[in-house]
Amino acid sequence: MALGLAHRGFRGRITGIAPAGEASGVPADELERRLLELGFTEGAEVEILHEGLFGRDPIAVRVNDATVAIRRREAMAILVS
Amino acid sequence: MSVASQAEPLHFALIGTPNSGKTALFNALTGSRQKVANYPGVTVERKSGLLQTPGGRSVNLIDLPGTYSLRARSPDEEVTRDFVLGRFASEAAPDLLLCVADSTNLRLALRLVLELKRVGRPLLLVLNMIDIARRRGIDIDLDRLSAELGVPVITAAAVRRGGTDDLMRRLDELALEGADTQAQWQSPTAGELRAAQREADRIIAAAVKTPATPDTLTARLDAVLLHPVAGLIILLAILFVMFQAVFSWAKPLMDQITAGFDALGVLSQAWLPEGLLQSFVQNGVISGVGSVIVFLPQILILFLFILLLEDLGYMARAAFLMDRIMGGAGLHGRAFIPLLSSFACAIPGIMATRVIDNPRDRLTTILVAPLMTCSARIPVYTLIIAAFIPDRTVWGFASLQGVVMFGLYAAGIVSALGVSALAKFMFWRESPTPPFMLELPDYKLPRPRSVLMGVYTRAKMFLHRAGTTIFSMMVLIWFLASFPRPPAGATGPAIDYSLAAWIGHAMEPITSAIGFNWQINVALIPGMAAREVAVAALGTVYAIEGGKENAAQIGQTLAQHWSLATALSVLAWYIFAPQCASTLAVIKRETGSWKWMAVTFGYMLALAYAASLVTYNVAAALGAG
Repeated sequence: MALGLAHRGFRGRITGIAPAGEASGVPADELERRLLELGFTEGAEVEILHEGLFGRDPIAVRVNDATVAIRRREAMAILVS
Repeated sequence: MSVASQAEPLHFALIGTPNSGKTALFNALTGSRQKVANYPGVTVERKSGLLQTPGGRSVNLIDLPGTYSLRARSPDEEVTRDFVLGRFASEAAPDLLLCVADSTNLRLALRLVLELKRVGRPLLLVLNMIDIARRRGIDIDLDRLSAELGVPVITAAAVRRGGTDDLMRRLDELALEGADTQAQWQSPTAGELRAAQREADRIIAAAVKTPATPDTLTARLDAVLLHPVAGLIILLAILFVMFQAVFSWAKPLMDQITAGFDALGVLSQAWLPEGLLQSFVQNGVISGVGSVIVFLPQILILFLFILLLEDLGYMARAAFLMDRIMGGAGLHGRAFIPLLSSFACAIPGIMATRVIDNPRDRLTTILVAPLMTCSARIPVYTLIIAAFIPDRTVWGFASLQGVVMFGLYAAGIVSALGVSALAKFMFWRESPTPPFMLELPDYKLPRPRSVLMGVYTRAKMFLHRAGTTIFSMMVLIWFLASFPRPPAGATGPAIDYSLAAWIGHAMEPITSAIGFNWQINVALIPGMAAREVAVAALGTVYAIEGGKENAAQIGQTLAQHWSLATALSVLAWYIFAPQCASTLAVIKRETGSWKWMAVTFGYMLALAYAASLVTYNVAAALGAG
């Protein structure tokens, strides 16, 4: 499933990075590379630590030993299990 | 190496991921010998400083903008890439790259190191914040790390005394290494990024032992500070304190600066013979520059807060909390602080937009920043409110004057959000908002030295600007208000005979629709220097002696000459009008284009005219004309 759909407290492992279309204002390949550069790589452990007030967006995600804030729209490209 | 090249300073560059403590290291290595300028052709800050190696070589150290990769996505990152690759015609490629990493968070930094190796320049990995890592029980096998990476590794604690001694000792030998001219960096593909991160993760597994129980301080703080409701309330409380500080702490100093410049003006009046030179020195130079420098205390306090929050690691959290709220108006979460700063003065606000990495988000923020009610509007607002709005209580508890003041502030905020939503709709309707991704660093106690250094650098930049761009604007405005000189035997104030008066009369047909007489038009021209100068200028055109000190008397005169509708129209005008040459100059500088300066000027002028037109006519129809 997509990390963008997960709730606070979710813990899992990244299984793939697969951006669809240009929903994020940058080409899919560019979004993929940006996510990779922030440490969202296959096998990394993730946990949703915090959510924003409105629409529970953005989310603060623990990726291995770092914390990254990201909007749910971009987190849709991160597949987790 | 020849004697001549021995004397040439070496060029070293600091590169690293955001939050790696790069700037703290830069401050520790170069002390106060820093220079902030712009890179050729772009408006990205170029920070450089001089240091002496123990071996006596002088080194020019460049602090590059933080980046996760050499793949450039923002103007800042383009600078980093072009500098590292030696693509700037005016700058030599660096003799040594110092890649700075946060020892407690190596994962992304090591991937960057692997990418930097492909550039082929001599490279050193600096494990910064090693003191924090050791305290947390993180054990790094330096020899193993160095062997695995194929890069020399050295530890540092930039904020501790003596924390950079090891690094300094190694600089001499490292400087002698030659570059590998065979190496060729190419923008990594997604596959290459994955492979590099896997390799970095493997190296970390081999060389770094993390304790079983991780540090929980940041997690515990975030449980409160990032709480959806409590987090927002705390953010508002912090902002409230910041505001109070900017306005109340700065007040005594600002009063002193004003008094100082006034005294200087009086002095120049006494020493210089009456005439053009005296007028130029007193009204052009001293009061012009003074009217900008008076904001220095506010700017210092503002940047003190911003830098403290930044160093604490809170700024990224503020962006996280505000992202959705700002996003509704098409603004980036990080636009929040620059807009907030603009309540003091739009100039530091626009300067602070540099924290926004996306050019489009940054531009929108710059465009709307001048709509926030800056403190230069306050003297104008208070003058008119005191003169025209009756001092009575409404709704049983609120003062009517206070309600009007609040309304003026609210109108500024609402219009800023509205304009940015409109800009999004007009210019960028087709393209969706760019991604918001931001690392939330661990909380750290700010180091006073580093913060003060930052405040000092900002102050220097602001004064430099006041001394150059802003000064030239002041001279132009003085010229308009002073030429041609009044004919011999003239009775009215000198400004009545000037180009400014001519412009004021020429504008009358247009401004009569919004209830402005020519006296107001004339006062608006010196008001371009800084909004509050209009108060003194109104005094001048209505021939009142005593200038600024005599605000109460000016108010009385205005109450006799203006209708209520005109007064309200002036207030509406001041919410929107691009009445500040310095702000326009800074927009020109920061966007690097006349176009966006013109766009800002144009849209603000249009809004101001429309707002005044509606206000004047509605008020007149209601019988206030």
